[in-house]
Amino acid sequence: MSNPYIVLPVIFQLFVAVVLMFSWNRKNLQKLISVIGSLIALLISLLLLLKVNQDGIQAMQAGGWVAPFGITFVADTFSALLVLLTAIAGLAVSVFSVGSIRNARIKFGYFPILHLLIMGLSGAFLTGDIFNLYVWFEIIIISSFVLLTIGGEKAQIEGAIKYVTMNLLASVIFLTAIAILYGLTGSLNMADLSIQVAAVENRGLVNVTAILFLIGFGIKSAVFPLYFWLPASYHTPPPAISAIFGGLLTKVGVYALLRVFTLIFIPDEFLTWVISIMAMLTILTGGLGALIQNNMRKVFSYLIICHIGFMLAGLGIYSAIAIAGAVFYLVHDIMVKTNLFMVSGLIFKFKGTYSMRLLGGFYKEQPLLSLLMAIPLFSLVGIPPLSGFWGKLLLIKGAIASSNILMIAFIILGSFLTLFIIAKLWAAVFWKDGAELPRKKHIKYFEELKPLKKKAMIGSIAFLSVISLGIGFGAEWIMRLSMTIAENLMDPTPYIQAVLGI
Amino acid sequence: MKTIIFKTASAYLLPLLLLFSVFILLRGHYLPGGGFVGGLMAAIAFVIHSFANGIDKTKNIIKFHPGFLMPVGLLLALTAGSLPLAFGDTFMTGLWMKQSVPVIGSVGTALFFDTGVYLVVIGVTLTIIFTISEGL
Repeated sequence: MSNPYIVLPVIFQLFVAVVLMFSWNRKNLQKLISVIGSLIALLISLLLLLKVNQDGIQAMQAGGWVAPFGITFVADTFSALLVLLTAIAGLAVSVFSVGSIRNARIKFGYFPILHLLIMGLSGAFLTGDIFNLYVWFEIIIISSFVLLTIGGEKAQIEGAIKYVTMNLLASVIFLTAIAILYGLTGSLNMADLSIQVAAVENRGLVNVTAILFLIGFGIKSAVFPLYFWLPASYHTPPPAISAIFGGLLTKVGVYALLRVFTLIFIPDEFLTWVISIMAMLTILTGGLGALIQNNMRKVFSYLIICHIGFMLAGLGIYSAIAIAGAVFYLVHDIMVKTNLFMVSGLIFKFKGTYSMRLLGGFYKEQPLLSLLMAIPLFSLVGIPPLSGFWGKLLLIKGAIASSNILMIAFIILGSFLTLFIIAKLWAAVFWKDGAELPRKKHIKYFEELKPLKKKAMIGSIAFLSVISLGIGFGAEWIMRLSMTIAENLMDPTPYIQAVLGI
Repeated sequence: MKTIIFKTASAYLLPLLLLFSVFILLRGHYLPGGGFVGGLMAAIAFVIHSFANGIDKTKNIIKFHPGFLMPVGLLLALTAGSLPLAFGDTFMTGLWMKQSVPVIGSVGTALFFDTGVYLVVIGVTLTIIFTISEGL
């Protein structure tokens, strides 16, 4: 179905960014605009999801150029759901930024860039054109590079160099793959490619291209062995920025993998085997990496990698139920990871350190706040009614159905590693008796902040925690949604029909 | 580079190059040219002027901070792109006026989009150059 308004989530973010640029020097006004803008964006994306849920896949041909010649935007349930999650995370981070970002960073245009980043993310989820996907990826990289370096601390610059080098390399590989694909088929429209690639006789070249896409997206989504840029950079910027990075940046890569490897390349046995091995090793290395870290944010960075492995496992098993599991896990992970980085930021505001060895006694000092923080932490572990459990359940179900014993073992191992790490973190930060930490001069501690800022930081964590709880307790609804998404991914005919209008 | 020849020439080059950049801007669409190249040329005009007369004098000509051109240009481009939505067309559809305007030719949303790009490019380039030369 054709619908010219599905591009609104993208345009609106650009509009907010432009309005923010006009109020460059007025910091409080910028905060207000950013929060209101994020609220409206949330509303728009909610309407989009409802519309897609009701009327099926929506497509839009930019400039009125008919597919496969123009650039197509497609909103199926998967895209619309991810756009909604992006908007939710965007709102939370925007509110959290009101409380935690220093004025010096706002002066350099923090808020406009944040909204441009969210625009890039929404665009990447909505586009139906592989080259346009590359363009959105570039927008994401450029905005994240600015966000990573704003403030110009030494550690930040060091992290940014690793981050940008690896991501530019990934972009080059991605672009090369697109070029080969275009040479093979003469098309860039993903729905059209789905038909064209299946008809290409040179299967060897198709497989090579598929591997190139796997490497390109693999770097971006931080899978084994291409993940090392992530723990080297995610702990360097302010927590609000880590939150949006940790929640969404790697997930765009996962989204692209899920989309490309269900729509364009249908993986053969060899490719699913490669993806499965990558998934297992990602789970293992991410988990083991997190085990030995002392910096809270580094722990979470490694846990991102570990849990990217779960989503990749869904693709590796390649059945409807396993992909539904991966989608469910994706939904849960975006909310929880965004929240966890904000939690670490809030703890830092209280204590002035991220080091688990130095921290302690948080439960004794802030019992209510600790309970609030327990929600995302234990959702991540996936203790049954909480959100992390259901995705893994579906994944294991899928693995049993395809009798992939090794995968089950690794998923369970990954869960245990996560449980152990979170238990260790909980014991170290919340229960252990903490020594009195020396007050640092350059940090503005929580109790020195204005009441509005305090409320903004706690409010955004509470908001995402409630959503995580909602995902856990409303699992049936999300599960039905993920099953629909998985079925749509496994059978792309409706998608192709909606785009090409056949 | 404060030679008298360069200084004299730059006084003539500034308006000439600016005019030429507008020509390149309007020439775009069917022929090589457009907002991006035009914007770069306009920025070069100011850069040459600043080389010859010093950065402060150039800033005096422009009067406002060039960074201001960025949101203006973006807003213009965004409006030109979203305008078709109001008429029930899709984003970025070209809307054209029925009658053509003398000198410029036919006017459509594409022209405004390109003008937006032109302004953004001038704004970005001059902001970068002014910032770097302040640090020297």
